Amino acid sequence: MAGEEKTPASEKPEKPKEAPRPKLEAVDASEHSWVRSIRSALPDTVVSAKQFAGQVTVVVKREQIARVARHLKDAEDFKYCVDVTAVDWRDRQPRFDVVYHFYSFSKNDRIRVKCGAAEGEDVPSIATVFLASNWCERETFDMFGIRFSGHPDLRRILTWDGFHGHPLRKDFPLEGIDTGAAVYPEEWPEGGGPPKNDPNRKVVS
Amino acid sequence: MTDDKLSRAEKDEAAYFAERAKARAAADEAGERTEASPGAHTLFDVQEMELNFGPQHPSTHGVLRVVLKVDGEKILEAKPDVGFLHRGTEKLFETETYPMGIPHTDRMDYVAAATSNHAFCLAIETLLQVEVPRRAQLIRVILDELQRLSSHLVWLGTSGIDLGAVTPFWYAFREREQILDFFEEYCGARLTLNCMRIGGLPFDLTPGWTERVSEFIADLPSRIDDYEQLLTDNRIWKKRTVGVGVISAEECVEWGLTGPILRASGLEWDLRRARPYECYEELDFVVPTRTGGDTYDRYIVRVQEMRQSARIIQQCLARLEPGEIRGKVPRVIKPVAEEVYASIESPKGELGFYCVSNGTNKPYRMHVRPPSFINLQALPRLAKGHLVSDLVALIGTIDIVLGEVDR
Repeated sequence: MAGEEKTPASEKPEKPKEAPRPKLEAVDASEHSWVRSIRSALPDTVVSAKQFAGQVTVVVKREQIARVARHLKDAEDFKYCVDVTAVDWRDRQPRFDVVYHFYSFSKNDRIRVKCGAAEGEDVPSIATVFLASNWCERETFDMFGIRFSGHPDLRRILTWDGFHGHPLRKDFPLEGIDTGAAVYPEEWPEGGGPPKNDPNRKVVS
Repeated sequence: MTDDKLSRAEKDEAAYFAERAKARAAADEAGERTEASPGAHTLFDVQEMELNFGPQHPSTHGVLRVVLKVDGEKILEAKPDVGFLHRGTEKLFETETYPMGIPHTDRMDYVAAATSNHAFCLAIETLLQVEVPRRAQLIRVILDELQRLSSHLVWLGTSGIDLGAVTPFWYAFREREQILDFFEEYCGARLTLNCMRIGGLPFDLTPGWTERVSEFIADLPSRIDDYEQLLTDNRIWKKRTVGVGVISAEECVEWGLTGPILRASGLEWDLRRARPYECYEELDFVVPTRTGGDTYDRYIVRVQEMRQSARIIQQCLARLEPGEIRGKVPRVIKPVAEEVYASIESPKGELGFYCVSNGTNKPYRMHVRPPSFINLQALPRLAKGHLVSDLVALIGTIDIVLGEVDR
């Protein structure tokens, strides 16, 4: 058994080389009919447009986002607001991308609309255009600290009032910070467990 | 009792009564005190009261809190308060490689893990433009539909219990147990399945699995008849569900409601039909719809969907042929720096993943579009004007899973 010869690496049958995969790239979509429609209705709004994997992405100016949403809903029949979220690009200017997905039942297709937002900049709320975006915008505010101007009820939704920081920002660490867990600091200074003057309290550190 | 020994709530209460007494005294002094002035309630006054429903109420299906403003039994306003189960899943996705994200999706919708796995994998496959082999597609559809059955069975059992119909629960969970056994045999887990991989599946089917499933599926329609016998024409069930939480299709679209809620309002829209993924295109099934848009119609739609799921599984089992179960996926997944959104029809509605890649082996951003979260948003609209006991029916009919709401 020990004497079993090892095949030298050079004698190994060579794997048949696969044809190189076609490079995946986004294509310019600035002449797409939806983009053209936005451009003609709201001139000086569209920043760029691209298409990847059959999905159209339009980047628009931040101040115009509510008007773009209204136009897409009324003129282009994108009646269903699928989702609102954001992406934190930390070192980029503007820092955040607010991302909207709309769906049209008649076209059976989705459009992705994005707008940039710098730290501290307000984004016009689309909660009055699409009721569905209400909680999505609250979540985005909670997770990224992006404020939506004109939102009827912009409060934190997944974390609690008094939470410190916005968890999905790239500079928010996974552990090791005070998140403001002490909801009743005078009674529960560390956010839970027996109070300081309790004799049963054991401090672990 | 000294002041500092009073709890916070008692302090608030004391302050409230002190304020009312003061207002009454002021009104007395001015000689303006009437029946409607503060502190002088008559029997028929609107008496607003704030009521906390949950987060430990058993029929809230987890840790949902609803702050109700009620006048007697009537709901004037309902405010859902969510987030008790928030675990930062989206943040976790960003810290781990693409395949490591799959088990986290199990913990979102924990009664329908397979569909969560599927949506996650589908998003990354769209990003990589990978083709899933046919056998894997068929098995994925079988797993999805088994999961839909089990999720609907949980819904049927628990929402029945919420409304006082205890019997269907035992029958529904009997069948669900069998489905969980199938999952256990396939991947070793019953709830947190982790049963899909990017580009395909982790395992092939075990010998005899397909026969056992087809035996179960052949039996299923008669079992569904049993549930319907218990509920569909049950007078109490109808009294509790017919006309409760009526919503029109237009409003559903406005609120972003998807899944059985949308279909019970009359819009025949199902992602399996509208934007088919895997091999749904070639399968023959009906998208059940109703027009009433109330809790009863949502019940009927879900029961009909279970029958359709059985049909789909049967067709897939008939088409199964030996073959590959994983597509050509690189060992280290490094997609191009792009963004995609992909969604599937989960038992609750449209479950989508928005994935942003920056060219590394970890997702730069992975966002979930959870159907439960968006559907729960419409609860205040559905509950307004109904009785507190109807709220239980409405929470049941939206079919939320708090793990998915809070992520």
